[in-house]
Amino acid sequence: MAGTPRRNRRGVPLVRYLGLAPFGVYVLIFLGLPTVLAVLTGFFDGDGNLSTTNLEALFDPVILGKFWASIWLSALTAIVGAIVGALACYALIETKPDGALRSIVDSASGVLAQFGGVMLAFAFVSLIGVQGVLRVFLLDTFGIDMYATGVWLYEVPGLILPYIYFQVPLMIIVFLPALEALRPQWAEAAATLGGTRLTYWWRIGIPVLSPSFIGSVLLLFANAFSSYATAAALTSQGQGIVPLQIRAALTSETVLGRENLAGALALGMIVVMVIVMVLYSVLQRRASRWQR
Amino acid sequence: MTRDLARRHSPAPGLLTRWVILGLIGVLFALPILSMVEFTLRGGLEGGYTIDRWVTVFTGQLGPEYRQLWVAIGNSLLLAVVTVAIMLVLLVPTMILVHLSFPRLRRVLEFVCLIPISIPAIVLVVGLAPVYGVISRAAGSGVWTLAFAYGILVLPYAYRAIQANLDSVDVKTLSEAARSLGANWLTVMFRVIVPNLRRGLLAASFIAVAVVLGEFTVASLLNRVNLQTALLIVNKADPYIAAIFALLSLLFAFLLLLVIGRVGSAPRKGAQ
Repeated sequence: MAGTPRRNRRGVPLVRYLGLAPFGVYVLIFLGLPTVLAVLTGFFDGDGNLSTTNLEALFDPVILGKFWASIWLSALTAIVGAIVGALACYALIETKPDGALRSIVDSASGVLAQFGGVMLAFAFVSLIGVQGVLRVFLLDTFGIDMYATGVWLYEVPGLILPYIYFQVPLMIIVFLPALEALRPQWAEAAATLGGTRLTYWWRIGIPVLSPSFIGSVLLLFANAFSSYATAAALTSQGQGIVPLQIRAALTSETVLGRENLAGALALGMIVVMVIVMVLYSVLQRRASRWQR
Repeated sequence: MTRDLARRHSPAPGLLTRWVILGLIGVLFALPILSMVEFTLRGGLEGGYTIDRWVTVFTGQLGPEYRQLWVAIGNSLLLAVVTVAIMLVLLVPTMILVHLSFPRLRRVLEFVCLIPISIPAIVLVVGLAPVYGVISRAAGSGVWTLAFAYGILVLPYAYRAIQANLDSVDVKTLSEAARSLGANWLTVMFRVIVPNLRRGLLAASFIAVAVVLGEFTVASLLNRVNLQTALLIVNKADPYIAAIFALLSLLFAFLLLLVIGRVGSAPRKGAQ
Protein backbone atom coordinates (compact mmCIF):
# COMPACT_ATOMS: atom_id res chain seq x y z
CA MET A 1 0.00 0.00 0.00
CA ALA A 2 2.63 2.50 1.11
CA GLY A 3 5.02 1.53 -1.68
CA THR A 4 2.56 1.94 -4.52
CA PRO A 5 2.45 5.72 -4.92
CA ARG A 6 6.22 6.04 -4.58
CA ARG A 7 6.93 3.51 -7.25
CA ASN A 8 4.26 5.09 -9.35
CA ARG A 9 5.89 8.46 -9.01
CA ARG A 10 9.33 7.12 -9.92
CA GLY A 11 7.90 5.01 -12.70
CA VAL A 12 6.58 8.07 -14.50
CA PRO A 13 9.32 9.72 -16.54
CA LEU A 14 9.75 13.38 -15.70
CA VAL A 15 9.17 14.27 -19.35
CA ARG A 16 5.57 13.24 -19.01
CA TYR A 17 4.92 16.06 -16.59
CA LEU A 18 5.66 18.33 -19.55
CA GLY A 19 2.55 16.89 -21.18
CA LEU A 20 0.50 18.73 -18.59
CA ALA A 21 2.13 22.04 -19.49
CA PRO A 22 0.07 23.17 -22.52
CA PHE A 23 -3.25 22.83 -20.74
CA GLY A 24 -1.79 24.29 -17.55
CA VAL A 25 -0.49 27.35 -19.37
CA TYR A 26 -3.78 27.79 -21.23
CA VAL A 27 -5.85 27.63 -18.05
CA LEU A 28 -3.46 30.02 -16.27
CA ILE A 29 -3.68 32.63 -19.03
CA PHE A 30 -7.40 32.47 -19.78
CA LEU A 31 -8.90 31.46 -16.43
CA GLY A 32 -6.38 32.14 -13.66
CA LEU A 33 -5.06 35.46 -14.92
CA PRO A 34 -8.47 37.01 -15.76
CA THR A 35 -9.88 35.94 -12.39
CA VAL A 36 -6.93 37.43 -10.52
CA LEU A 37 -7.05 40.59 -12.65
CA ALA A 38 -10.80 40.95 -12.15
CA VAL A 39 -10.43 40.69 -8.40
CA LEU A 40 -7.24 42.77 -8.12
CA THR A 41 -8.34 45.78 -10.20
CA GLY A 42 -10.85 46.47 -7.46
CA PHE A 43 -7.95 47.22 -5.11
CA PHE A 44 -6.41 49.91 -7.32
CA ASP A 45 -7.56 53.37 -8.31
CA GLY A 46 -7.41 54.83 -11.82
CA ASP A 47 -3.73 55.84 -11.47
CA GLY A 48 -2.63 52.36 -10.43
CA ASN A 49 -2.19 53.17 -6.75
CA LEU A 50 -3.35 50.78 -4.08
CA SER A 51 -6.59 52.12 -2.70
CA THR A 52 -9.74 51.02 -0.99
CA THR A 53 -12.12 53.54 -2.59
CA ASN A 54 -13.57 50.93 -4.94
CA LEU A 55 -14.07 48.45 -2.14
CA GLU A 56 -15.75 51.14 -0.10
CA ALA A 57 -18.07 51.62 -3.07
CA LEU A 58 -19.28 48.07 -2.47
CA PHE A 59 -20.88 49.40 0.71
CA ASP A 60 -22.41 52.39 -1.02
CA PRO A 61 -26.19 52.16 -0.50
CA VAL A 62 -26.77 52.26 -4.28
CA ILE A 63 -24.43 49.32 -4.92
CA LEU A 64 -25.74 47.40 -1.91
CA GLY A 65 -29.18 47.90 -3.41
CA LYS A 66 -28.06 46.29 -6.69
CA PHE A 67 -26.61 43.33 -4.80
CA TRP A 68 -29.83 43.02 -2.85
CA ALA A 69 -31.87 43.13 -6.09
CA SER A 70 -29.62 40.48 -7.64
CA ILE A 71 -29.88 38.30 -4.55
CA TRP A 72 -33.64 38.40 -4.14
CA LEU A 73 -34.21 37.95 -7.87
CA SER A 74 -31.90 34.91 -7.85
CA ALA A 75 -33.39 33.49 -4.64
CA LEU A 76 -37.00 33.93 -5.78
CA THR A 77 -36.46 32.43 -9.24
CA ALA A 78 -34.32 29.63 -7.77
CA ILE A 79 -37.04 28.59 -5.34
CA VAL A 80 -39.92 28.85 -7.82
CA GLY A 81 -37.81 27.19 -10.53
CA ALA A 82 -36.78 24.40 -8.18
CA ILE A 83 -40.35 23.63 -7.11
CA VAL A 84 -41.74 23.62 -10.65
CA GLY A 85 -38.71 21.69 -11.92
CA ALA A 86 -39.01 19.12 -9.13
CA LEU A 87 -42.68 18.64 -10.03
CA ALA A 88 -41.64 17.99 -13.63
CA CYS A 89 -39.01 15.50 -12.41
CA TYR A 90 -41.67 13.81 -10.26
CA ALA A 91 -43.86 13.45 -13.32
CA LEU A 92 -40.95 11.87 -15.17
CA ILE A 93 -40.29 9.14 -12.58
CA GLU A 94 -40.16 5.71 -14.21
CA THR A 95 -40.29 7.00 -17.73
CA LYS A 96 -37.78 5.19 -19.93
CA PRO A 97 -34.44 7.09 -19.76
CA ASP A 98 -33.84 6.52 -23.47
CA GLY A 99 -37.47 6.86 -24.54
CA ALA A 100 -38.75 9.59 -26.85
CA LEU A 101 -40.35 11.62 -24.02
CA ARG A 102 -37.14 11.81 -22.01
CA SER A 103 -35.05 12.58 -25.11
CA ILE A 104 -37.28 15.52 -25.95
CA VAL A 105 -37.45 16.79 -22.35
CA ASP A 106 -33.66 16.46 -21.97
CA SER A 107 -32.88 18.31 -25.19
CA ALA A 108 -35.50 21.00 -24.63
CA SER A 109 -34.20 21.54 -21.09
CA GLY A 110 -30.64 21.74 -22.34
CA VAL A 111 -31.52 24.33 -24.97
CA LEU A 112 -33.69 26.49 -22.71
CA ALA A 113 -31.24 26.36 -19.81
CA GLN A 114 -28.08 27.09 -21.82
CA PHE A 115 -29.18 28.84 -24.93
CA GLY A 116 -31.69 31.36 -23.60
CA GLY A 117 -30.07 34.74 -23.35
CA VAL A 118 -31.01 37.10 -26.14
CA MET A 119 -33.70 34.80 -27.53
CA LEU A 120 -35.54 34.76 -24.18
CA ALA A 121 -35.71 38.52 -24.14
CA PHE A 122 -37.32 38.50 -27.62
CA ALA A 123 -39.74 35.77 -26.59
CA PHE A 124 -40.96 37.58 -23.49
CA VAL A 125 -41.29 40.89 -25.30
CA SER A 126 -43.48 39.15 -27.87
CA LEU A 127 -45.52 37.52 -25.07
CA ILE A 128 -45.92 40.23 -22.46
CA GLY A 129 -44.42 43.29 -24.11
CA VAL A 130 -46.66 46.32 -24.56
CA GLN A 131 -47.89 44.81 -27.88
CA GLY A 132 -47.38 41.23 -26.64
CA VAL A 133 -49.91 38.49 -27.38
CA LEU A 134 -50.78 37.79 -23.76
CA ARG A 135 -50.91 41.41 -22.70
CA VAL A 136 -53.20 42.37 -25.61
CA PHE A 137 -55.34 39.25 -25.01
CA LEU A 138 -55.80 40.01 -21.30
CA LEU A 139 -56.55 43.66 -22.04
CA ASP A 140 -59.06 43.01 -24.86
CA THR A 141 -60.82 40.00 -23.33
CA PHE A 142 -60.88 40.69 -19.62
CA GLY A 143 -59.96 44.34 -19.47
CA ILE A 144 -56.99 43.47 -17.29
CA ASP A 145 -53.99 45.73 -17.86
CA MET A 146 -50.78 44.12 -16.59
CA TYR A 147 -49.09 47.47 -16.97
CA ALA A 148 -51.71 49.54 -15.16
CA THR A 149 -49.01 50.76 -12.79
CA GLY A 150 -46.39 51.24 -15.49
CA VAL A 151 -44.41 48.94 -17.75
CA TRP A 152 -42.34 46.72 -15.44
CA LEU A 153 -41.04 44.31 -18.09
CA TYR A 154 -37.86 46.34 -18.61
CA GLU A 155 -37.16 46.73 -14.89
CA VAL A 156 -35.93 44.14 -12.38
CA PRO A 157 -39.43 42.62 -11.79
CA GLY A 158 -39.62 41.98 -15.55
CA LEU A 159 -36.70 39.59 -15.20
CA ILE A 160 -38.60 37.25 -12.87
CA LEU A 161 -40.57 35.39 -15.56
CA PRO A 162 -37.69 35.01 -18.06
CA TYR A 163 -35.40 33.85 -15.25
CA ILE A 164 -37.90 31.24 -14.06
CA TYR A 165 -38.10 30.19 -17.69
CA PHE A 166 -34.44 29.16 -17.72
CA GLN A 167 -34.34 27.97 -14.09
CA VAL A 168 -36.97 25.23 -14.46
CA PRO A 169 -35.10 23.45 -17.29
CA LEU A 170 -31.85 23.65 -15.32
CA MET A 171 -33.64 22.12 -12.32
CA ILE A 172 -34.81 19.25 -14.51
CA ILE A 173 -31.23 18.69 -15.69
CA VAL A 174 -29.65 18.67 -12.22
CA PHE A 175 -32.46 17.12 -10.14
CA LEU A 176 -33.61 14.26 -12.38
CA PRO A 177 -30.43 12.20 -11.76
CA ALA A 178 -30.96 12.62 -7.99
CA LEU A 179 -34.35 10.91 -8.28
CA GLU A 180 -32.51 7.82 -9.46
CA ALA A 181 -31.15 7.54 -5.91
CA LEU A 182 -34.62 6.40 -4.88
CA ARG A 183 -34.33 2.61 -4.90
CA PRO A 184 -37.42 0.60 -5.83
CA GLN A 185 -36.65 -1.66 -2.82
CA TRP A 186 -37.45 1.19 -0.44
CA ALA A 187 -40.89 1.60 -1.98
CA GLU A 188 -41.44 -2.13 -1.75
CA ALA A 189 -40.25 -2.21 1.86
CA ALA A 190 -42.54 0.68 2.75
CA ALA A 191 -45.48 -1.02 1.02
CA THR A 192 -44.74 -4.33 2.75
CA LEU A 193 -44.84 -2.56 6.09
CA GLY A 194 -48.22 -1.15 5.18
CA GLY A 195 -47.18 2.35 4.16
CA THR A 196 -49.21 4.31 1.65
CA ARG A 197 -47.74 6.30 -1.16
CA LEU A 198 -48.06 9.40 0.99
CA THR A 199 -46.10 7.86 3.87
CA TYR A 200 -43.51 6.71 1.37
CA TRP A 201 -42.91 10.27 0.18
CA TRP A 202 -43.18 11.83 3.62
CA ARG A 203 -40.96 9.34 5.49
CA ILE A 204 -38.52 8.21 2.75
CA GLY A 205 -38.65 10.12 -0.51
CA ILE A 206 -38.53 13.69 0.77
CA PRO A 207 -35.90 13.11 3.51
CA VAL A 208 -33.61 11.29 1.07
CA LEU A 209 -34.01 13.90 -1.64
CA SER A 210 -33.90 17.04 0.44
CA PRO A 211 -30.08 17.52 0.40
CA SER A 212 -30.12 17.20 -3.41
CA PHE A 213 -33.08 19.54 -3.60
CA ILE A 214 -31.46 22.25 -1.49
CA GLY A 215 -28.21 21.73 -3.41
CA SER A 216 -30.09 22.26 -6.66
CA VAL A 217 -31.68 25.42 -5.29
CA LEU A 218 -28.17 26.75 -4.57
CA LEU A 219 -27.03 25.85 -8.07
CA LEU A 220 -30.05 27.62 -9.53
CA PHE A 221 -29.31 30.62 -7.35
CA ALA A 222 -25.74 30.73 -8.68
CA ASN A 223 -27.07 30.37 -12.20
CA ALA A 224 -29.44 33.32 -11.91
CA PHE A 225 -26.95 35.42 -9.98
CA SER A 226 -24.30 35.10 -12.70
CA SER A 227 -26.71 35.40 -15.61
CA TYR A 228 -26.22 38.43 -17.82
CA ALA A 229 -27.47 37.98 -21.41
CA THR A 230 -31.24 38.05 -20.82
CA ALA A 231 -31.07 41.12 -18.62
CA ALA A 232 -28.71 42.90 -21.02
CA ALA A 233 -30.93 42.16 -24.00
CA LEU A 234 -34.12 43.15 -22.20
CA THR A 235 -32.85 46.42 -20.73
CA SER A 236 -30.33 48.15 -22.94
CA GLN A 237 -29.76 50.97 -20.45
CA GLY A 238 -30.83 49.40 -17.16
CA GLN A 239 -28.51 48.90 -14.21
CA GLY A 240 -30.93 47.18 -11.86
CA ILE A 241 -28.79 44.15 -11.04
CA VAL A 242 -25.06 43.66 -10.42
CA PRO A 243 -24.10 42.22 -13.85
CA LEU A 244 -25.73 45.23 -15.54
CA GLN A 245 -23.91 47.52 -13.12
CA ILE A 246 -20.65 45.85 -14.21
CA ARG A 247 -21.59 46.52 -17.84
CA ALA A 248 -22.16 50.16 -17.00
CA ALA A 249 -18.86 50.31 -15.12
CA LEU A 250 -16.99 48.65 -18.01
CA THR A 251 -18.45 50.80 -20.76
CA SER A 252 -18.52 54.19 -19.08
CA GLU A 253 -15.83 53.95 -16.39
CA THR A 254 -17.47 56.68 -14.33
CA VAL A 255 -20.22 55.07 -12.31
CA LEU A 256 -20.42 56.92 -9.00
CA GLY A 257 -17.31 58.79 -10.14
CA ARG A 258 -15.08 55.79 -9.51
CA GLU A 259 -12.75 54.02 -11.90
CA ASN A 260 -12.13 50.28 -11.60
CA LEU A 261 -15.51 49.89 -9.95
CA ALA A 262 -16.08 46.86 -12.23
CA GLY A 263 -13.28 45.08 -10.38
CA ALA A 264 -14.83 45.74 -6.99
CA LEU A 265 -18.24 44.56 -8.24
CA ALA A 266 -16.60 41.44 -9.69
CA LEU A 267 -14.99 40.77 -6.32
CA GLY A 268 -18.37 41.16 -4.62
CA MET A 269 -19.95 38.69 -7.06
CA ILE A 270 -17.16 36.18 -6.51
CA VAL A 271 -17.59 36.40 -2.73
CA VAL A 272 -21.31 35.59 -3.07
CA MET A 273 -20.60 32.78 -5.56
CA VAL A 274 -17.91 31.22 -3.36
CA ILE A 275 -20.24 31.15 -0.36
CA VAL A 276 -22.97 29.53 -2.46
CA MET A 277 -20.64 26.96 -4.05
CA VAL A 278 -19.09 25.98 -0.70
CA LEU A 279 -22.56 25.35 0.72
CA TYR A 280 -23.36 23.44 -2.43
CA SER A 281 -20.37 21.12 -2.13
CA VAL A 282 -21.16 20.43 1.53
CA LEU A 283 -24.72 19.46 0.60
CA GLN A 284 -23.48 17.45 -2.38
CA ARG A 285 -21.38 15.35 0.00
CA ARG A 286 -24.43 14.70 2.16
CA ALA A 287 -26.55 13.86 -0.87
CA SER A 288 -23.99 11.44 -2.29
CA ARG A 289 -24.44 9.19 0.76
CA TRP A 290 -27.56 7.88 -0.89
CA GLN A 291 -26.26 7.83 -4.41
CA ARG A 292 -23.58 5.16 -4.14
CA MET B 1 -60.25 3.71 -8.71
CA THR B 2 -58.63 0.31 -8.46
CA ARG B 3 -54.89 0.13 -8.50
CA ASP B 4 -53.07 -3.12 -8.85
CA LEU B 5 -50.45 -4.03 -6.30
CA ALA B 6 -47.45 -3.37 -8.54
CA ARG B 7 -48.46 0.23 -9.05
CA ARG B 8 -48.94 0.79 -5.35
CA HIS B 9 -45.37 -0.28 -4.74
CA SER B 10 -44.11 2.34 -7.11
CA PRO B 11 -43.53 5.95 -6.05
CA ALA B 12 -44.28 7.08 -9.61
CA PRO B 13 -47.30 9.33 -10.17
CA GLY B 14 -50.44 7.97 -11.79
CA LEU B 15 -50.79 8.30 -15.54
CA LEU B 16 -53.28 11.15 -15.19
CA THR B 17 -51.17 13.12 -12.69
CA ARG B 18 -48.10 12.65 -14.86
CA TRP B 19 -49.71 14.02 -18.00
CA VAL B 20 -51.49 16.86 -16.22
CA ILE B 21 -48.18 18.08 -14.76
CA LEU B 22 -46.18 17.63 -17.95
CA GLY B 23 -48.97 19.10 -20.07
CA LEU B 24 -49.32 22.18 -17.90
CA ILE B 25 -45.59 22.86 -17.76
CA GLY B 26 -45.27 22.10 -21.46
CA VAL B 27 -47.97 24.59 -22.41
CA LEU B 28 -46.57 27.32 -20.14
CA PHE B 29 -43.14 26.83 -21.64
CA ALA B 30 -44.41 26.73 -25.20
CA LEU B 31 -46.26 30.07 -24.80
CA PRO B 32 -43.30 32.49 -25.12
CA ILE B 33 -41.92 30.58 -28.11
CA LEU B 34 -45.30 30.35 -29.82
CA SER B 35 -45.87 34.04 -29.23
CA MET B 36 -42.53 34.67 -30.89
CA VAL B 37 -43.67 32.63 -33.88
CA GLU B 38 -46.92 34.63 -33.93
CA PHE B 39 -44.86 37.81 -33.81
CA THR B 40 -42.85 36.87 -36.92
CA LEU B 41 -46.10 36.22 -38.80
CA ARG B 42 -47.80 39.51 -37.94
CA GLY B 43 -48.90 41.67 -40.87
CA GLY B 44 -47.83 45.30 -40.81
CA LEU B 45 -50.16 48.17 -39.93
CA GLU B 46 -53.15 46.61 -41.72
CA GLY B 47 -53.04 43.61 -39.34
CA GLY B 48 -53.63 40.01 -40.32
CA TYR B 49 -50.89 37.46 -40.89
CA THR B 50 -48.24 36.95 -43.52
CA ILE B 51 -45.45 34.46 -44.10
CA ASP B 52 -43.56 36.91 -46.32
CA ARG B 53 -40.69 37.35 -43.88
CA TRP B 54 -40.03 33.63 -43.60
CA VAL B 55 -40.12 33.39 -47.40
CA THR B 56 -37.65 36.28 -47.65
CA VAL B 57 -35.25 34.60 -45.23
CA PHE B 58 -35.42 31.19 -46.85
CA THR B 59 -35.17 32.38 -50.45
CA GLY B 60 -32.11 34.44 -49.63
CA GLN B 61 -33.79 37.73 -50.51
CA LEU B 62 -32.63 39.55 -47.41
CA GLY B 63 -31.29 42.95 -48.31
CA PRO B 64 -27.63 43.95 -48.02
CA GLU B 65 -28.40 45.60 -44.66
CA TYR B 66 -28.48 42.08 -43.20
CA ARG B 67 -25.01 41.22 -44.43
CA GLN B 68 -23.67 41.68 -40.91
CA LEU B 69 -26.01 38.91 -39.76
CA TRP B 70 -24.41 36.45 -42.17
CA VAL B 71 -20.98 37.67 -41.11
CA ALA B 72 -22.01 37.07 -37.49
CA ILE B 73 -23.25 33.55 -38.24
CA GLY B 74 -19.96 32.87 -40.00
CA ASN B 75 -18.08 34.21 -36.96
CA SER B 76 -20.05 32.02 -34.58
CA LEU B 77 -19.46 28.92 -36.69
CA LEU B 78 -15.74 29.73 -36.93
CA LEU B 79 -15.65 30.21 -33.14
CA ALA B 80 -17.41 26.89 -32.64
CA VAL B 81 -14.84 25.09 -34.79
CA VAL B 82 -11.82 26.74 -33.12
CA THR B 83 -13.28 26.15 -29.64
CA VAL B 84 -13.80 22.46 -30.36
CA ALA B 85 -10.24 22.30 -31.72
CA ILE B 86 -8.87 23.92 -28.55
CA MET B 87 -10.83 21.45 -26.46
CA LEU B 88 -9.60 18.46 -28.45
CA VAL B 89 -5.97 19.59 -28.56
CA LEU B 90 -5.55 20.92 -25.01
CA LEU B 91 -8.13 19.31 -22.74
CA VAL B 92 -8.44 15.78 -24.12
CA PRO B 93 -4.72 14.78 -24.09
CA THR B 94 -4.41 16.24 -20.59
CA MET B 95 -7.38 14.24 -19.33
CA ILE B 96 -6.00 11.03 -20.85
CA LEU B 97 -2.53 11.72 -19.46
CA VAL B 98 -3.91 12.38 -15.98
CA HIS B 99 -6.09 9.29 -16.20
CA LEU B 100 -3.15 7.06 -17.21
CA SER B 101 -0.14 8.53 -15.44
CA PHE B 102 -1.23 10.92 -12.70
CA PRO B 103 -4.36 9.48 -11.09
CA ARG B 104 -3.67 11.60 -8.01
CA LEU B 105 -4.06 14.79 -10.05
CA ARG B 106 -7.54 13.79 -11.10
CA ARG B 107 -9.24 15.75 -8.29
CA VAL B 108 -7.15 18.81 -9.15
CA LEU B 109 -8.05 18.61 -12.83
CA GLU B 110 -11.71 18.14 -11.98
CA PHE B 111 -11.63 21.14 -9.66
CA VAL B 112 -9.96 23.33 -12.29
CA CYS B 113 -12.41 22.27 -14.99
CA LEU B 114 -15.43 23.00 -12.80
CA ILE B 115 -14.22 26.47 -11.69
CA PRO B 116 -15.85 28.25 -14.66
CA ILE B 117 -19.25 27.27 -13.23
CA SER B 118 -18.66 29.38 -10.16
CA ILE B 119 -17.03 32.34 -11.89
CA PRO B 120 -19.72 34.26 -13.76
CA ALA B 121 -18.82 35.10 -17.36
CA ILE B 122 -19.46 38.74 -16.54
CA VAL B 123 -16.71 38.58 -13.88
CA LEU B 124 -14.34 36.76 -16.22
CA VAL B 125 -14.87 39.52 -18.79
CA VAL B 126 -13.59 42.16 -16.36
CA GLY B 127 -10.26 40.29 -16.26
CA LEU B 128 -10.33 39.16 -19.89
CA ALA B 129 -10.53 42.74 -21.18
CA PRO B 130 -6.86 43.55 -20.33
CA VAL B 131 -5.75 40.06 -21.46
CA TYR B 132 -7.43 40.62 -24.82
CA GLY B 133 -5.86 44.07 -25.00
CA VAL B 134 -2.48 42.32 -25.11
CA ILE B 135 -3.71 39.62 -27.50
CA SER B 136 -5.07 42.18 -29.97
CA ARG B 137 -1.67 43.84 -30.12
CA ALA B 138 0.10 40.52 -30.63
CA ALA B 139 -2.29 38.54 -32.82
CA GLY B 140 -4.68 41.17 -34.16
CA SER B 141 -8.29 41.57 -33.13
CA GLY B 142 -9.58 38.70 -35.26
CA VAL B 143 -12.80 37.28 -33.91
CA TRP B 144 -11.31 33.76 -33.70
CA THR B 145 -9.19 34.75 -30.67
CA LEU B 146 -12.43 34.76 -28.64
CA ALA B 147 -12.32 30.98 -28.89
CA PHE B 148 -9.64 30.92 -26.18
CA ALA B 149 -12.14 32.40 -23.73
CA TYR B 150 -14.88 30.09 -25.01
CA GLY B 151 -12.64 27.10 -24.45
CA ILE B 152 -12.72 28.04 -20.75
CA LEU B 153 -16.51 28.46 -20.75
CA VAL B 154 -17.08 24.97 -22.17
CA LEU B 155 -14.58 23.27 -19.80
CA PRO B 156 -17.14 22.05 -17.22
CA TYR B 157 -19.44 20.54 -19.85
CA ALA B 158 -16.65 19.03 -21.92
CA TYR B 159 -14.93 17.63 -18.84
CA ARG B 160 -18.05 15.87 -17.63
CA ALA B 161 -18.88 14.34 -21.00
CA ILE B 162 -15.34 13.06 -21.57
CA GLN B 163 -14.76 11.90 -17.98
CA ALA B 164 -17.96 9.84 -18.01
CA ASN B 165 -16.64 8.08 -21.10
CA LEU B 166 -13.13 7.64 -19.63
CA ASP B 167 -14.64 6.01 -16.54
CA SER B 168 -16.72 3.57 -18.57
CA VAL B 169 -13.79 2.28 -20.64
CA ASP B 170 -10.77 0.58 -19.13
CA VAL B 171 -8.31 2.87 -20.90
CA LYS B 172 -5.42 1.77 -18.71
CA THR B 173 -5.60 -1.91 -19.62
CA LEU B 174 -6.22 -1.10 -23.27
CA SER B 175 -3.18 1.15 -23.50
CA GLU B 176 -0.95 -1.28 -21.58
CA ALA B 177 -2.04 -4.09 -23.88
CA ALA B 178 -1.22 -1.96 -26.91
CA ARG B 179 2.12 -0.93 -25.43
CA SER B 180 3.07 -4.53 -24.68
CA LEU B 181 2.35 -5.38 -28.31
CA GLY B 182 4.92 -2.78 -29.29
CA ALA B 183 2.73 0.21 -30.15
CA ASN B 184 4.26 3.65 -29.55
CA TRP B 185 2.40 6.41 -27.72
CA LEU B 186 1.03 8.02 -30.85
CA THR B 187 -0.44 4.73 -32.00
CA VAL B 188 -1.92 4.09 -28.56
CA MET B 189 -3.48 7.53 -28.54
CA PHE B 190 -5.00 7.57 -32.01
CA ARG B 191 -5.64 3.90 -32.75
CA VAL B 192 -6.66 2.71 -29.27
CA ILE B 193 -7.78 5.47 -26.90
CA VAL B 194 -9.46 8.00 -29.17
CA PRO B 195 -11.67 5.41 -30.94
CA ASN B 196 -12.84 4.21 -27.53
CA LEU B 197 -13.63 7.75 -26.41
CA ARG B 198 -15.50 8.60 -29.59
CA ARG B 199 -18.84 8.95 -27.85
CA GLY B 200 -17.58 11.25 -25.10
CA LEU B 201 -15.60 13.36 -27.57
CA LEU B 202 -18.62 13.70 -29.84
CA ALA B 203 -20.93 14.70 -26.97
CA ALA B 204 -18.35 17.18 -25.66
CA SER B 205 -17.95 18.71 -29.12
CA PHE B 206 -21.68 19.10 -29.63
CA ILE B 207 -22.23 20.72 -26.26
CA ALA B 208 -19.28 23.03 -26.97
CA VAL B 209 -20.89 24.06 -30.27
CA ALA B 210 -24.22 24.71 -28.50
CA VAL B 211 -22.55 26.83 -25.81
CA VAL B 212 -20.53 28.84 -28.33
CA LEU B 213 -23.53 29.53 -30.58
CA GLY B 214 -25.49 30.79 -27.57
CA GLU B 215 -22.70 32.90 -26.07
CA PHE B 216 -23.44 36.58 -25.63
CA THR B 217 -21.74 38.00 -22.53
CA VAL B 218 -18.07 37.79 -23.51
CA ALA B 219 -18.53 38.74 -27.16
CA SER B 220 -20.76 41.67 -26.31
CA LEU B 221 -18.49 43.19 -23.67
CA LEU B 222 -15.30 42.65 -25.68
CA ASN B 223 -17.03 44.27 -28.68
CA ARG B 224 -16.80 41.26 -30.97
CA VAL B 225 -19.56 40.29 -33.37
CA ASN B 226 -21.14 36.87 -33.03
CA LEU B 227 -24.59 35.46 -33.69
CA GLN B 228 -26.12 36.62 -30.40
CA THR B 229 -24.71 40.15 -30.39
CA ALA B 230 -25.76 40.57 -34.05
CA LEU B 231 -29.30 39.41 -33.22
CA LEU B 232 -29.55 42.19 -30.69
CA ILE B 233 -28.36 44.78 -33.22
CA VAL B 234 -30.67 43.48 -35.97
CA ASN B 235 -33.49 43.52 -33.44
CA LYS B 236 -33.26 47.31 -33.27
CA ALA B 237 -33.61 47.66 -37.04
CA ASP B 238 -36.03 44.82 -37.76
CA PRO B 239 -37.30 42.83 -34.76
CA TYR B 240 -39.19 40.42 -37.05
CA ILE B 241 -36.09 39.18 -38.84
CA ALA B 242 -34.20 38.99 -35.53
CA ALA B 243 -36.99 36.84 -34.09
CA ILE B 244 -36.90 34.50 -37.10
CA PHE B 245 -33.17 33.99 -36.73
CA ALA B 246 -33.50 33.51 -32.97
CA LEU B 247 -36.12 30.81 -33.56
CA LEU B 248 -33.99 29.11 -36.19
CA SER B 249 -30.92 29.07 -33.94
CA LEU B 250 -33.06 27.72 -31.10
CA LEU B 251 -34.32 24.94 -33.35
CA PHE B 252 -30.77 24.18 -34.47
CA ALA B 253 -29.54 23.94 -30.87
CA PHE B 254 -32.50 21.71 -29.96
CA LEU B 255 -31.71 19.31 -32.79
CA LEU B 256 -28.03 19.36 -31.84
CA LEU B 257 -28.87 18.34 -28.26
CA LEU B 258 -31.28 15.65 -29.50
CA VAL B 259 -28.34 14.16 -31.39
CA ILE B 260 -26.20 14.35 -28.22
CA GLY B 261 -28.94 12.50 -26.35
CA ARG B 262 -28.98 9.79 -29.02
CA VAL B 263 -25.19 9.51 -28.92
CA GLY B 264 -25.19 9.38 -25.13
CA SER B 265 -27.95 6.83 -24.73
CA ALA B 266 -26.44 4.28 -27.08
CA PRO B 267 -25.80 1.03 -25.16
CA ARG B 268 -23.12 1.50 -22.57
CA LYS B 269 -21.25 -1.21 -20.76
CA GLY B 270 -20.47 -1.41 -17.07
CA ALA B 271 -23.26 0.69 -15.58
CA GLN B 272 -21.78 0.32 -12.10
